[in-house]
Amino acid sequence: MEGFDFPSGILRPHVDLTSWVWFSGVMPIQVKVMERRPRTFWEQSYLPEIIRGLSTTISHLLKHLLRLEKMPTYEYPEQTKPIPEDYRGEHRLMLRPDDTIRCTACMLCATACPAECIEIIAAENPNPDVEKYPSVYTINLLRCVFCGLCVEACPCDAIRMDTQKRDMAGMSREEFILDINYLMKNHPEGKSPVSIAL
Amino acid sequence: MPKIKVDNIETTVPDGINLIEAAKLVGKAVPHYCYHSQLSVAGNCRMCLVEIEKQPKLQIACNTKVQEGMSFFTESPKVKEAQQFVLEFILVNHPIDCPVCDQAGECKLQQYYMKYDARPSRFEETKVHKEKAIELGPNVMLDMERCILCSRCVRFCKEIAEEDQLCFSQRGDHTMLTTFPDRPLDNPYSVNTVDICPVGALTSKDFRFQQRVWFLKGVETICTGCATGCNVRMDHNQGKVFRLVPRDNEAVNEAWMCDEGRLTYKPVNAENRLRHPLVKTAEGLREVRMETALEKFGELLKNISGHVLLGIGSAEFTNEDNYALIRFLQENFPVPHLAYTAREVEYPSQDDYLISADKNPNRAGVTAMGMKPLASEDRKYQCLIGLGPISESTLTALSFEKDHKVIVFATHREASLDYADLVFPVATFAELTGTMVNRQGRVQMLRPAFAPPGESKTVWEILSQAARLMSRAKPAYTAPEQVFADLAELVPAFKGLNYELIGKQGALLTKQ
Repeated sequence: MEGFDFPSGILRPHVDLTSWVWFSGVMPIQVKVMERRPRTFWEQSYLPEIIRGLSTTISHLLKHLLRLEKMPTYEYPEQTKPIPEDYRGEHRLMLRPDDTIRCTACMLCATACPAECIEIIAAENPNPDVEKYPSVYTINLLRCVFCGLCVEACPCDAIRMDTQKRDMAGMSREEFILDINYLMKNHPEGKSPVSIAL
Repeated sequence: MPKIKVDNIETTVPDGINLIEAAKLVGKAVPHYCYHSQLSVAGNCRMCLVEIEKQPKLQIACNTKVQEGMSFFTESPKVKEAQQFVLEFILVNHPIDCPVCDQAGECKLQQYYMKYDARPSRFEETKVHKEKAIELGPNVMLDMERCILCSRCVRFCKEIAEEDQLCFSQRGDHTMLTTFPDRPLDNPYSVNTVDICPVGALTSKDFRFQQRVWFLKGVETICTGCATGCNVRMDHNQGKVFRLVPRDNEAVNEAWMCDEGRLTYKPVNAENRLRHPLVKTAEGLREVRMETALEKFGELLKNISGHVLLGIGSAEFTNEDNYALIRFLQENFPVPHLAYTAREVEYPSQDDYLISADKNPNRAGVTAMGMKPLASEDRKYQCLIGLGPISESTLTALSFEKDHKVIVFATHREASLDYADLVFPVATFAELTGTMVNRQGRVQMLRPAFAPPGESKTVWEILSQAARLMSRAKPAYTAPEQVFADLAELVPAFKGLNYELIGKQGALLTKQ
C-alpha cells in the first residue's frame, strides 16, 4: 500500500457497530433527522404573534409614559450607570508598603498581552532583595483590548484593572499612552494603592 | 568500533566515546548539567545516570566509555526514578525565581524539571540563602543562589580560556563560586561561562535584563569582529539585535567566541544609522530620496573615463558587495583602478586561539578577488567610489584632480563622511545575505535578521539599480545568489562554490 498513511489515534467501532473507524480523540458530528411539523392555521396567519409582540411594546411604552422616573435610561455623562466591581477599566500599577513599585519587570504581562500594548524596560533594582524593576512601563491604550490577561498573568499582583475608569477620551494619540508615573498614581478613590499579596 | 545496545537499539559507535555521545548517535537524549562536549568530565551533577546491563548500580553516562557488547538503558523505570531524585536534590536550595530570572526559557533546570520530574516540592525546611548580583568581572554577573555547582565555568576558565580565574570555596550547601581576591573574571573569553551555565547563575552584563529569551528570534550567521569569523547565532527582536551567541563549528571556533566579538552587534542598533542617501549641498550633506541619489550618481559619473576612476573595495564588506563594485566598474568604465581598504587598529587585541589581530572579517575574500591594498600612485583621479567611509588620511595620500568627486557607501553617519559628494546608505552584516572569507580561507554565510532601516540596501542592489538607470546592461543582479554565482564563475579561488555548499559550516576556497 504505497503512499498510504495510517491516521493517528486508536481504532474504535463506528456508531452503526458494523465497521471500525480511526478515532483521533474528536467525536464526529452526528446527524439526527428531525420530522417537520406542518404549521397550524393560526400560525400561518401570523396574527397572534403580531398581537403578542405589539402588546409587549405597547405595555413598555405605557409603563414609561406613566412612570417616567423609573425609565431605565441614564443621562450620561451627568449620570453614569453603576458598573460591576470586577469591571476591567484602565490599568494601575500597585505599590509595596514602602511606596516602591511592586512590579519586578518579569514581562509576563507583556508576554500574555495579545495586543502587544505593554512596553517594559527592566533595570537593576537598588534594593538587593529585588532583582529588577521597570524603569519604563508603558501601556498603549489604543492597542489595548482590555482582555485582562496582563492582570491574570501577573504573579505578584502588580497590575490591576479595577480603577472602574471606562470613559477615556482625548484629543491626541499621546494621551492614550500611559507611562509608569501615571499608572503608579492611577488609584481610584477609596482603594488602597498598596498590595501586600504575595 | 564497539557494538553496543542503547535502549535495545543495536548500533556500532566510534571507540572511546562516552555513553551520552553514544546515546546521541541513536537519537536518545541523556539529560546532563556538568558534562560539556568541549570540557573535561567532572561527573558531579549526577543527572546523566543510566542503567547498564549486569551492573547493580546506576552509572553516570558522561564518565563511562562504551565497551564491546555493552547494553544500557536511558529510560528504564530505575533511571527515571533516579532522575527525579537528582532533580529534587538540585532544587533543594534553588530559589525558583524563574519569573525574574533571565535564564527562564532557556534554562536546563526548568526544562529537565518539566520533562523528567514535574512533581511538587516536598522541601519544608528553610532554603540556604546566598549572595545575589555579584560582579565577577567586567562582563559577568553571578547569582550564587541559582548556581547548581556543576563547575562548567570553572573548567572552562581552566581548560579553554587557560586562565584559572574561578573556583569553589566553602563546603556542602554553603559552597560558593568565587574569583580570587582582587582577581576579577576578566579573561577575553569570560562570557562563554554565561553560555555554558545551565541555569541563571551567570549572566552577561550586556544582555542582563534586556529581553526575555522567549521573545528572541535567532538567525545563524557569523561574527564580523575579526578575521576569525566565529560562527554565531544572532538573537534579535523587533528590529534590534540583542546578543550574539557562539554556535558549534569544529573547524572555526569549536563552541566559543571572544567577549569583544559579542559586542560587534552594537553598531547595528546605533542611533546614527543612515536611513537615506546624502548629497553634498552648500550647507553640507542633505538627505535625499534614493531615486534622486541614483540620478545624481549617474550625473557624477557621466563624463568620467576608467583611467581616472578609483574603486575602493573594503575588507569589512561582503564578497557580494565588493564583487558588485568590481563588476560595475569593469563593465562600464574601461580599465578602472581597483584597491581595497581595511580597518586598521593601532593596538589590536590578539591571541593564538580565536582573537585575530586583523579586525577585518573579509580580507581573505577581497584578496582572493585580486584586489590590492590601497596605495598612493602617480595617477590623478577624478572620481572615487568607495565602500565604507574613507578616512581623511587615506584621501590625502591619494592625488586628485581639481573638482574630483567622492561617492561612498556607508552604514553610519560619521564626521568622516563630510567630504563626500554622495553617500549611499547600506545594510550592515545583520541585514543582508552574503559571504565573507575568514583567515583560514573558509567562505562563510551571513544571514539577515531583519530588513535594513529606511532606504538602505546592499551595495550590489544599489549598483544594479544605478546601472539600470544609466542604461547599462551590467550588473543587473536581483539576488545575492546571482552575485555569488558570477563570482564563483569568474574568480578562480571561488570556483565550484555556491550557497548550498557553504551552508552553516562554511566551505574552503580553492587553493591557488
